[in-house]
Amino acid sequence: MSRKDLTGSAAGRDPNAPLLDVRDIKTHFRTERGTVRAVDGVSFTLQRGRTLGVVGESGSGKSVLSKSIMGLLPRRNVLREGQVLYEGLDVSVLDENQMRNIWGAEMSMVFQDPMTSLNPVMKIGKQIKESLYLHLNMSKDDAHDTAVALLSSVNIPEPEQRLEEYPHQLSGGMRQRVVIAIALACGPKLLFADEPTTALDVTVQAQILNLLQQQQHERHMAMILVTHDLGVVAGRTDDIAVMYAGRVVETAPTATLFTAMRHPYTEALMASIPKLTDPSHTRLEAIGGRPPDLINPPAGCKFAPRCKYAQDRCLQEDPPLMDAGEPGHSFRCFYPVGTDAGAQALANNAAAGRSASGVPVTLAASGSH
Amino acid sequence: MAFIWRKLLQLVIVLLCVTFFSFFMLTLLPGNLADTLCGIGCTQEQRDQKVEELRLNDPVYIRYADWLGNVARGDFGRSGRTQQDISEALTERIPVTAELVIYSQLLALGIAIPIAVVAARRAGGVFDRVSTTTAFGFLAAPPFVVAPVLVLIFAVNLKWFPATGYTPFLENPLDNLRTFFLPALTLALAEMAVYMRLLRTDLISTLQEDYITMAKAKGIPPKRILWKHAFRPSTFSLVTVAGLNMGRLIGGAFVVEVIFSLNGLGKYIVDGILGRDYLAVQAGVVVVAFAYVLINFGVDLLYAVLDPRIRHARALA
Amino acid sequence: MPEHSPEHPGNQAPGSNYFPSGDFLESPNLATELTQIADVDAYNLEALHNLDPDQVPEDAVKKRLGWTFWIAAAWIFLIVALALLAPLLEKLGMPDPTQPVCTSRDCSLQPPLSGYGLMGTDKLRRDIFARVIWGARVSILVGVAAVIFGIFFGSIIGIIAGFFKGKVQTVLMGAMDVLLAFPALLLAMSIVTFLDDKSVKTIVLAIGIVAIPPVARLVRASTLVFAEREFVLAARTLGASNGRVITKEILPNAVLPIVSFGIIGVAVAIVAEGALAFLGLSIPPPDPTWGSMINEGRATLETAPWVTLMPCLVLFLTVLSLNLAGDRLREYFDIREGAL
Ligand SMILES: Nc1ncnc2c1ncn2[C@@H]1O[C@H](COP(=O)(O)OP(=O)(O)OP(=O)(O)O)[C@@H](O)[C@H]1O
Ligand SMILES: [Mg+2]
Repeated sequence: MSRKDLTGSAAGRDPNAPLLDVRDIKTHFRTERGTVRAVDGVSFTLQRGRTLGVVGESGSGKSVLSKSIMGLLPRRNVLREGQVLYEGLDVSVLDENQMRNIWGAEMSMVFQDPMTSLNPVMKIGKQIKESLYLHLNMSKDDAHDTAVALLSSVNIPEPEQRLEEYPHQLSGGMRQRVVIAIALACGPKLLFADEPTTALDVTVQAQILNLLQQQQHERHMAMILVTHDLGVVAGRTDDIAVMYAGRVVETAPTATLFTAMRHPYTEALMASIPKLTDPSHTRLEAIGGRPPDLINPPAGCKFAPRCKYAQDRCLQEDPPLMDAGEPGHSFRCFYPVGTDAGAQALANNAAAGRSASGVPVTLAASGSH
Repeated sequence: MAFIWRKLLQLVIVLLCVTFFSFFMLTLLPGNLADTLCGIGCTQEQRDQKVEELRLNDPVYIRYADWLGNVARGDFGRSGRTQQDISEALTERIPVTAELVIYSQLLALGIAIPIAVVAARRAGGVFDRVSTTTAFGFLAAPPFVVAPVLVLIFAVNLKWFPATGYTPFLENPLDNLRTFFLPALTLALAEMAVYMRLLRTDLISTLQEDYITMAKAKGIPPKRILWKHAFRPSTFSLVTVAGLNMGRLIGGAFVVEVIFSLNGLGKYIVDGILGRDYLAVQAGVVVVAFAYVLINFGVDLLYAVLDPRIRHARALA
Repeated sequence: MPEHSPEHPGNQAPGSNYFPSGDFLESPNLATELTQIADVDAYNLEALHNLDPDQVPEDAVKKRLGWTFWIAAAWIFLIVALALLAPLLEKLGMPDPTQPVCTSRDCSLQPPLSGYGLMGTDKLRRDIFARVIWGARVSILVGVAAVIFGIFFGSIIGIIAGFFKGKVQTVLMGAMDVLLAFPALLLAMSIVTFLDDKSVKTIVLAIGIVAIPPVARLVRASTLVFAEREFVLAARTLGASNGRVITKEILPNAVLPIVSFGIIGVAVAIVAEGALAFLGLSIPPPDPTWGSMINEGRATLETAPWVTLMPCLVLFLTVLSLNLAGDRLREYFDIREGAL
């Protein structure tokens, strides 16, 4: 495989560094209404071949985070701060010309909606082969064979034929497989999957997730799996970062997060996963209220206005990232779930009938945990 | 196939409507058609002959059917003014107008497309703002205002292009393109502004599509993204409007034809109107409507080339 | 503009509005500029039809008309004022536009600001500035009157078509489409020629008739939208007569899109009058109009370009200002906002 000379491919890279080390990145959009703090200080590391789940409600900044790490956002009116160390090399300072050797070849992305992420007027074959020619300098025949192999590896029947078809001739699930094939074409080391199944039928969702997992194992590729559904990441990721209002509010190894969550927001997300054991008509406990305005975020903890645990302190002071004791587990909360402080706070609120931010709290609600 | 038949049927219906309507309007005119056609100092005998010739005593639909039959055989009759065979006159004039229209559209698209692409790539930038403002200015300049200015600059002062004269293409292609340049440019300027604005807007919205971000994430260079990914899906309205305009110009380029004394179809109709040459006008209207409908048909076929979704939808229909 | 099939207001998938309408009678045959503008407005109205009020941000940025609008408005005001005051200006010493400013030969074709008026003189030793001002009277009068004529009859046809739908609509809009099938300016020309009368009245009629179809299309589109809205349905359930619903509920709401459309319409009508005059089909000489002045000046384009360029410049600036003002107003009173 003759890869084009990558800008800085050898220079500045450290084989011992983690694959991806994100340090306090911020992404703000300047708009007519004010500055939108879509991502506001996120840090994490990702080792080769591992999977990180990024979970949060709609609007919490998950897509902006992925695009910002990849450097895909336009420069105009976008403020980007912090460091993104990819194999030890800070890619956040590279310009688009330099990034182009990394995009598609080393990092690639599967988008949310397969209906809109394929070019409607270009044959599927061309959309796949394009990157093969570009990054791997393949000949026509090689590219053709590779494209066929890629399509069959993502379980698309009659791959030869599909190459000559246009996106509208395929179903949503098939299209997402094509998008995955395109993302995998040049054997990237890091794959961003931005809600890859949200736009698909429930029956197809599991297939696509399994496909991603299988490909990841085969290729020893690291993956960032973005979703708003904790149920999706359960059992498929090594670590999970829970995002709220542009920040990571809790991060932990997957098993730990599910068994010993600390942040009330994580707890609320957990409660909104449908469980098989529930009677079929149990109402999902949706999270009350709306995500905060990212232009004028509330002072103190961003989640406080919707939090059952909120105390006066939460309304004034912004909780820093705190260590939970176990390795890799940290959170931003003064009254964490499952601690005495948390239980005390909840009991106080239940007694008062409401939290410090005005969320109604009943004894029954507090007693369920 | 069904699609093509349906289109052809529509083509015929529109032609029938337009020709009948124009035929009918002539009967509504004040004054007696025979008197007008016969001219001043016309004897009663000549007048009766005219009535006989045009069967003016028959009801309008019978005359229309007759006329239609003749036209189907390619016989438009003789001009009342010059006595020239109308079909002959049309065959002389159609190529002039056709070339003028095609030339101007090529100029307009040739200038508008690169400007729109560059402007859309940095929407809101200096180039974008300057070109959009300039285009807005061109929109306010009709041909009879643009023509004198262009003649003054390019013919009188710079002496690069002649202000009048016409060399047939087959005689001397280069000379032909040179003599046609100013008329074509006059028509092209306003069209160019329309095309530029249209393509720029569509490109800007295409560039926000997910598949463009996806192409970027594949590492495709910006030039290739613009031309190979974004351009084609952004040209649908451009193709529609350019098609409509070409149809419109076949009959609408007459101001330019008059200014630059080009003996085209439009000028033929204008002369016909001014000289009350009814049959000539009628024939001109048929050609204009026919060309318009035909171009529309071509545009529809072009959609299928541009957009595979339409191609397949039609294949199924 | 793409053809937005008006039968299905706004319910096309995004990106599919370039689908050919599949019906030639629907397409703006030999579309005039007016039709294109009207179609865009009609399309916006159709979009409004499907608009979810929640989607309109309450805190949308306050729009401004901007300084270009005010410059354009100032120019329009200046031209209109000068045109209105032309008789007064003449009393104050502005030369007669149809008479030579002097008797000697050497004052013909004098350049601007050479002692013979602001814009010089033409071949017949007449003052160009005075001619431009008197020409403005014709241009503005024809422009405004033709647009009012078009709006009046176009609105009636559009409202009836949109309100009663069915066969009435098919016939009326079909007639409009046939009218649109003729090149607009040729149609106007034919009317002037065949009526054999080059008075302001005939020219207004000729241009006004050509303006009817686009107005009818625009008004029909807004009628279709408003006829379905709650307040109209409510009025109807309360037993209001058709006439009352049309005049009290629908008409007032259809006015806004028509007004900003009308300003650009005036610009198009002024250009049309200019073209007619250029071809010798407007007010006959020696009375001045911009189009005929441009035409007359062409004979001396090499030696005295200002004779043509002055009316060209004034016409261009006026049309540009009207386009600009209309465009900015359309944005300012964005139909979606204005109607909600
Ligand atoms: N280009 C932009 N300009 C201004 N604001 C933006 C821009 N892109 C995103 N935002 C804002 O940033 C915030 C985060 O958006 P983002 O798309 O990352 O959310 P998300 O977590 O991916 O949600 P979803 O689950 O709906 O995809 C949103 O409030 C959004 O309005
Ligand atoms: Mg997202």
